[in-house]
Amino acid sequence: MIRFLIPLAGFAILVVFLGLGLQHDPHEVPSPLIDKPAPTFSLTRLDNPAQVISRADMLGKVWLLNVWASWCVACRDEHQHLLAFAKTKVVPIYGLNYKDTRPDGLAWLNQLGNPYEASLFDPDGRVGIDYGVYGVPETFVIDKTGTIRYKQIGAITPEVIKEKLLPLLRKLNA
Amino acid sequence: MHRTLCDRSSVAVAHICASAVAVAYVLAFVLGAGMSAAEAKEAAPLANDPVTERRLMTLSEELRCLVCQNETLASSRADLAEDLRREIREQIKGGASDEQIRDYLVARYGEFVLYRPRVKLNTILLWTGPALFIILGVALLLRAVRRRRLSLVDDPDDGLLDDISADVTGKGGHA
Repeated sequence: MIRFLIPLAGFAILVVFLGLGLQHDPHEVPSPLIDKPAPTFSLTRLDNPAQVISRADMLGKVWLLNVWASWCVACRDEHQHLLAFAKTKVVPIYGLNYKDTRPDGLAWLNQLGNPYEASLFDPDGRVGIDYGVYGVPETFVIDKTGTIRYKQIGAITPEVIKEKLLPLLRKLNA
Repeated sequence: MHRTLCDRSSVAVAHICASAVAVAYVLAFVLGAGMSAAEAKEAAPLANDPVTERRLMTLSEELRCLVCQNETLASSRADLAEDLRREIREQIKGGASDEQIRDYLVARYGEFVLYRPRVKLNTILLWTGPALFIILGVALLLRAVRRRRLSLVDDPDDGLLDDISADVTGKGGHA
């Protein structure tokens, strides 16, 4: 009897592991930056090359850093949800305009609306690399102490806002 | 551009336009060539250093491109891979060791970028697994062999003779 149970048990273990593996999206690589200090940056505003925003300016408030680009197709889908979310004024949303040009980025905002307090201009993607960005859109939740608390890989949807962002923001703002 | 400029035609204008277009083409060609030359020049100082390039290559052969996840950073043509190669090049120039560069990438993208995972508590099974399976397999094999030999020695009726008698009588077997 045991002779048959052993392979069966082995098979069952294999099925469990493979089943768990199927639940994973290999394109969602967990960020090592969660619960670590947000990397420093010092970038000009997309709409004003003379004004610099740095990490230190953001301390003391909970904020969202949304990585976007005018060439990014998924950002278009996401944009309406960001606009709606920005209207609720739950949290200030800052953009990281990633590997884009100023004219393209600004035209995009003019055309589709601007949910951002400000967009940081990162034309060569260096700050993107520091934040471990490997695709757009990505969104970081950063707390009052400048610590990254959450990273959304891929577009923000109403479900993500409801199930992930709002509960977390409530906790961080408490 | 040419068309809007040249559509309103009189013979004289047409003539001027034709030469203007010709000049424009020549200009575009020269400028285009100039631009690609400029681009090539931009990368030259780094690419011309074979030592840096060789180190970049050996290093990035073992790093994963996060965009096309089964490609190496060395072979991927994704934008991000190019940016990261640029970054690694600059770090090599800046005197960083291979380990420092790996740390730099792991800090940003996680251990997933390493095709050769580090030996840690959560990768120990990955590293020792194959050896463990070989040991397990050999142990099971030895046990099975020993058991069979014992059973043959201990009660011959049960094993070999059974088979033989089955063969002789032709009434089935153990197959």
